[in-house]
Parts: sequence; C-alpha cells; structure tokens
Amino acid sequence: MILPIPRGTRDVLPDEMRELAAINDSVRAVFAAAGYGEIHTPALEYESVIGRGALDGARPAYRVFDENGEVLVLRSDMTVPIARVVGTRYATADLPLRFAYLAHCYRAARPQRGQPREFLQAGIELIGAGGERGTAEVLTVLCGALDAAGLARYRVGLGDAALYPALLASLGVEEAARPPLLAELGRGDFVGLEAGLRALALEEPSIELLLEVSQLRGGADVLHGPPGPVADAVAGLRAVHALLDERVAARIIFDLGLSRAPGYYSGAVFEVYDPAVGIPLGGGGRYDHLLGEFGRPLPAVGFALEVERVHEALAAEERLA
Amino acid sequence: MSEGLVIAVPRGALFEETLDWLDRLGIATGEVRTNDRRLLFEDVGLITMRPSDVPTYVAAGAADIGVTGKDVLMEQSEAAAAGVGRDVYELRDLGFGRCRMVVATVAGPDPAAEALRRLGVIRIATKYPRIAAAHFERTGRQVEIFEVKGSVELAPLTGLVEAIVDLTATGTTLRENNLVVREEVAICTARLIANPVAHKLRAAAIEDLLERSRAA
Repeated sequence: MILPIPRGTRDVLPDEMRELAAINDSVRAVFAAAGYGEIHTPALEYESVIGRGALDGARPAYRVFDENGEVLVLRSDMTVPIARVVGTRYATADLPLRFAYLAHCYRAARPQRGQPREFLQAGIELIGAGGERGTAEVLTVLCGALDAAGLARYRVGLGDAALYPALLASLGVEEAARPPLLAELGRGDFVGLEAGLRALALEEPSIELLLEVSQLRGGADVLHGPPGPVADAVAGLRAVHALLDERVAARIIFDLGLSRAPGYYSGAVFEVYDPAVGIPLGGGGRYDHLLGEFGRPLPAVGFALEVERVHEALAAEERLA
Repeated sequence: MSEGLVIAVPRGALFEETLDWLDRLGIATGEVRTNDRRLLFEDVGLITMRPSDVPTYVAAGAADIGVTGKDVLMEQSEAAAAGVGRDVYELRDLGFGRCRMVVATVAGPDPAAEALRRLGVIRIATKYPRIAAAHFERTGRQVEIFEVKGSVELAPLTGLVEAIVDLTATGTTLRENNLVVREEVAICTARLIANPVAHKLRAAAIEDLLERSRAA
C-alpha cells in the first residue's frame, strides 16, 4: 500500500541517515569543543511569544490550536526560541552565553520545487558578546564545523545588514521609501532596485553609489567607499577580518550588498556558499536588538547550517573528486 | 569567451537577439545558430532551452546566468510571493525583446466591463494565470481564470471568456482576430538573470561580462 506524507516532508532511510549522522556528529563535536552547550526547545511554541521576534521572510507557517484555544506555531528557526530561553531561564546568568543546537525547523516553501517544509538546522548562538570579537568567534566555529563535515570548496560571504539602510538614510531617501528598495535588494532584483532609485529623483552620483555598493563583492580589494555609512561598514568588516585565523580568513568573500531574510539582523551578516549547490548552505549574523524583545537586551550573533544541503554539497564534491 | 560561465539561452522569440548580444560580448554563437537540434554547446558554455525553463536551470545552479523574458520572471515571482523568493538575481534589463502584457477583448462595447457590472466577475483566458490574477486583485476586480496553453485569441471569440491577458509585440495577431487592447499590465523585455551562489563565487567573471555588455 502506498500511503502519502505531506509534500515538503520526507522519510530518511538508513543509508542516508548514516551519512547525515556522520555530519551531525562532526559539527556537534566542533560546537562542544568551542564551549557551546547543546540545548533542546519545543518544536511547538505559543504564537504570541515567538511573534516577538521580527521574522520577516521566515515567519512560522504552520499553526494549530491547542485544547484551550491557544495558537501554537511550529518554530521556523532556533534563534528566536533561544532568545526566549535566555530571557526566561538565564535572566541573571553571567555572560557570554554559548548555545548550540541540532533541530528541525518548519517553513512555508514551494514543495513542487523540492523545497522542504521541514529541515534540519545545526547552529550556535553567542549571546552577550558584542562587536567584532563575537562575530569573529562565530565565523571561526562556522568554518570549523564545515571543515569537520568534510567540505573542501566552501566560501563564506560577509556583509553588513545595517549598511544599506544607513546608506539610504544618509543619501536622503525618506523612511517610507526604504522598505521596497531593501526588499528588491534582498530578492536580488537589481533591475527593480535601479528603477526604484531612479523614481526617487536622487542625484546621479547617489544612485551610482547605491548601485555600486549593491554589487561590491570579492576580496579585500572591494572594501572601499566614501566616508559615511560605507566607510563605517568597511571598517567594521576589516576589523572582523583582522581577528580571523588565516585558515578562516581565506574562506571569506566580502559582500557589501549582502542582505538576509529574517528582519532581526542588525550588523554583520554572512552566508555559506558551495560551488556545487545553487543555494546557500546556511548563514547567520548579528542580531543585537532581538534579545531586548524577550526581556534581556544583549548583543548576540549566531549561524545555522542546513544539514541536508551540506550533505548535498558533500555528495557533489565526492562526485567531482 | 564566457570564462567558464554556463549561460542559459532561450530558444523562441528571444533566441536571435540573445545570440546577437552574445556575439557582441565576444562569445562565439556560430555553432548554436547552425544547429537547431543540439541543446548543449559545452565548448562555448551555452545551453539552449525554452524561455520558461531558463529560471529553473539558473535557480538550481545548472546554469550560472541566463537570459529570459520579464514575463517569465513575473509569472514565477508571483508564484514565489508566498515564499522567501530569492531563486534568481535579476541583473540587467537587456532592452531587447520588448513586448506588452495586455488585457484584450473583442472590439466594440467592452464585454469585460459588462460582465463585471452584471455578473460580478470577468472570465479571463491566459498563459500567465498568476500575473493575470495579481493584476485584477491589485485593481480590485473579481475574475475567473482559465489557463490555456495554445492560442489564447481563440478563447474570447468562442465565448469561453470575456477577456484575455497576453503578451503582444506588434498587435498584429490581436487585430487579425478582431481583438483590441483595453489595459496595459506591464512592459516586458529580456533580462539577464544569475544564480545567487554563482553571483558570489563567480563575481569576477560575471562583472566582466556585464562590463562588456555595457560597452557593446
């Protein structure tokens, strides 16, 4: 008898499970060695609680009512539940806090295109360590985890989520006009971005600067720009880069146009790329304002890897080798 | 030279102009022009396919960049509106292949307006069901959409629908079928798209190609 399961979900059988477990074991060991304690939180949370995190682009998609009529959601990531744990269970604990997780998360997807609704994330959160030093520590653990998983050809794109909004503001783009432009940047619709900028009657040099910054990516030689938000972001990214070991620094691609979906990112952001896979393997960044929504205002930074995509990249690298 | 980039080239209405554009960039297209059966031209990094397949290959990374119509991208991005939606980057408006996405009906008194007034809903035939649905939703009108794969012009002539949403370049086909344009939905031109990962990892090659495109 053939009985269906929901689209975007899947059964994992022993051959695949063994390979996934090997990846999980390697990254778990790297997290533990770096001092990150693994935690578990419920897959189901109250919508009224988890909704405190601004989750544009990664809003929980699946809701159920419990026996009391409360609305429960399946978590869409682990960052927001961990922010809740910190506010609730670590209200007075010494800092910084280091947490790791391997957990399934749930998002709306287009399952007809093979996107999963349920996926396994492996990640860490470093809470209460602000600035470049915290970002550099997390990037180091990220590369350690990817090395341990066995990936050889990955790169990490590093940008600053605060740069583009600040640049728009400094060039006199009104607040109401910014969200559509940032959405176009986030979608990678650079034709739409240019049309939107031209419709705003900005001066030509301002338009050129905004378009140039959206495309600035590559080695340290791309890190230049006029005084103001661009120079500030560049200084911040250089400071992070200077703190990295050679092994980690060699993986970094600077990307001043990088923006990531969840709205809570406030500073450095990063994304993992492998030439064998057409979508990022994971990413993360600084979210210095999210913890305040859960009662403990603290700077924080973290990342999540999509374990199934890391597995896909490993398989592709093996085929090519 | 495509510097090892794999470029998805649309067969069909945009084919010739895309090849002309590639020629101007210095990518040899002679073999593609003379060989309509072959799909894969690995030596020059070109693969040919239906325009609507281009975003699929580029999104998956099977091609690094590609050329397709804005109509194809709009239809697929309306589908993506619910999701995170960053399948492909849209890098450049290439300007050629210009056409209009329009609402058309038979000539004379507007049957769509009549249907909306008396029946509360307009029946629409189209190859672009998502663009059509989004257009009428944005303009606050109720519609019933019939997706057709073949000649859309047939649908209003046979009484299947009151109006169509379709792409027109010169308007000749519409005129020949006694149809008139009632509204313009969008102007569509050819777009250069890129895989988001290739956009980062092959940045130098892609920037070089854009630079040559600006100069051409």
